[in-house]
Amino acid sequence: MTLPDSQGHFQEFGGRFVPETLMPALDELAKEYDCIRQDPVFEEEFNTYLRHYVGRPTPLYLAERLTKRLGGGRIYLKREDLNHTGAHKINNAIGQILLARRMGKKRIIAETGAGQHGVATATAAAMFGLACEIFMGEEDIQRQALNVFRMRLLGATVTPVSSGTKTLKDACNEAIRDWVTHVEETHYIIGSVVGPHPYPMLVRNFQSVIGRETREQILAAEGRVPDILVACVGGGSNAIGLFHPFAEDASVRMIGVEAAGFGLESGQHAASITAGEKGVLHGSMSYLLQNDDGQVTPAHSISAGLDYPGVGPEHAYYHASGRAEYVAVTDEEALEGFQLLSQTEGIIPALESAHAIAYLTKLIPGLGQDDVIVLNLSGRGDKDVNQVAEILEKGKRP
Amino acid sequence: MPFVTAGDPSYDVTGRCLVAMVENGADLIELGIPFSDPLADGPTIQRASQRALAGGVTVQGILGFLREVRRDLTVPVVLMGYYNPIHRYGVSRFVENARAAGADGLIVPDLPPEEAGALIAAARSAELDTIFLLAPTSTPARIRRVSEVSRGFIYYVSLAGVTGARGELPGGVETAVQGVREITKQPVCVGFGISSPEQVRAISRFADGVIVGSALVGLMEEKGGDPDCPLRVGTFIRNLRSAIVHKN
Repeated sequence: MTLPDSQGHFQEFGGRFVPETLMPALDELAKEYDCIRQDPVFEEEFNTYLRHYVGRPTPLYLAERLTKRLGGGRIYLKREDLNHTGAHKINNAIGQILLARRMGKKRIIAETGAGQHGVATATAAAMFGLACEIFMGEEDIQRQALNVFRMRLLGATVTPVSSGTKTLKDACNEAIRDWVTHVEETHYIIGSVVGPHPYPMLVRNFQSVIGRETREQILAAEGRVPDILVACVGGGSNAIGLFHPFAEDASVRMIGVEAAGFGLESGQHAASITAGEKGVLHGSMSYLLQNDDGQVTPAHSISAGLDYPGVGPEHAYYHASGRAEYVAVTDEEALEGFQLLSQTEGIIPALESAHAIAYLTKLIPGLGQDDVIVLNLSGRGDKDVNQVAEILEKGKRP
Repeated sequence: MPFVTAGDPSYDVTGRCLVAMVENGADLIELGIPFSDPLADGPTIQRASQRALAGGVTVQGILGFLREVRRDLTVPVVLMGYYNPIHRYGVSRFVENARAAGADGLIVPDLPPEEAGALIAAARSAELDTIFLLAPTSTPARIRRVSEVSRGFIYYVSLAGVTGARGELPGGVETAVQGVREITKQPVCVGFGISSPEQVRAISRFADGVIVGSALVGLMEEKGGDPDCPLRVGTFIRNLRSAIVHKN
């Protein structure tokens, strides 16, 4: 069976939990997306921008020194860090902005945490000359001043969000509130595989270019599909993008790495699947961090891109059905992964992707020499260098 | 029809204000269950929710509070809250306990009919009304769907946007409500953005009920700590109530 169903359900997860005002807009979006899905002209347009603007296909790189250091397997890196704007986020931003243009929307809004999705959206909006407003928590604006400047340079308005915890979760709330208010002329570009149907499906499909390329590349390099896929999971778009085209290959293990922050037992983490409970946040049923009374509790991660108390409903379904495994690594371990990849391969990973790298050090010892692993290197670490320098050089903990 | 957030600033003040509202002509009470992420609400109700949660308000606490105060309220009481706390509490358990505490209906603003199967089934067997919302963007097909599953009344959202007092309401609310009436016989009450006696008068000419939330919550934000808060709230409600024009 193909999931989600027509109502956006991945079995018990997903769906649409939004105010009535948005239901017709979601219906329209789902209908429009259904049309373009079958449309070869749209596909060609999307692929053309991915090739000439984003810089795809991205390489699949055999990381020999990392493999040697960890002592086993054959580790390949899917180099999403080499995309324009430095992460996989641009794949989805381009796809959705083409969709918004088809729908005649004149204004684009988005939420952002670290600012990567905000930058990708502002970039795509600039290229197409659309008005763009990015909602960002006041806390995050302070922490990510450079990305705020980038978005403004690209012509976007960055609106500070001072409600709630003043981070990504509240930026999402505020973007939804804006969308409710300006739904006729505005398209909301959600940055991950979260939100009400059809967002988790359409973001997945736009990001699946990662897994489709990987499949071709690994077949060319190894003559077979990989044994294991590894990717970090916040909302989960880079992971779904890699996993989805392999979901029917039963032999392929899929591992999602969540952020354990200060440690799962500390209560300060962002491991929604590993340590959360079923519930509804931002329009879909999934797992989330919440207290016994159903109030959402703040997430913590050293990586702003993983610092989110929810997760995409398709991951929830993969977890509940056993199709994928979910683990969590701490801030501390992620910092080690950050340095490990920099030193062995000359590639500085985003702190998000560094979580996946860190997990390799636990995974590899149990594997054989011939096991083929593909890790999604979802973004580059330039944006995190200042933060890591402060922590490592000044001994200031996250 | 006033809306207040339960437990803001305290259960005690909420209780005394509810009594004052009923004494001054409120026809129905909407009692809000606070949520950490109220995405259909503007700043006033967001702040009230945060204050209530910071003060330790819980779903269980609200049901206990309602049970205590219910006998002093001679009008229907409807609970209004987002889905996650209800889901976490357990949908059937929540519906049963809400009924037992004296609630007459439920409004869940982020639960459209498509996702409400379990809640509707539980509410029917407990004889608790399920009130769904319609908005200016609702299509005729959605109006039919909402009408089929609504009991008690339909909550018509006057504007595309979040809750919060507006100086001026958008035009076309009356035409839209007439459009709804062509499709359904259910009573239609109008809310969102309504704060003044003038607005209440205008809306009451064509609606079966007028819901005032943020303006009242804002008043309680300002006066919640004063001993005369129930008195002020009562006066506020009386002024709105006397503006109502009975339609024929």
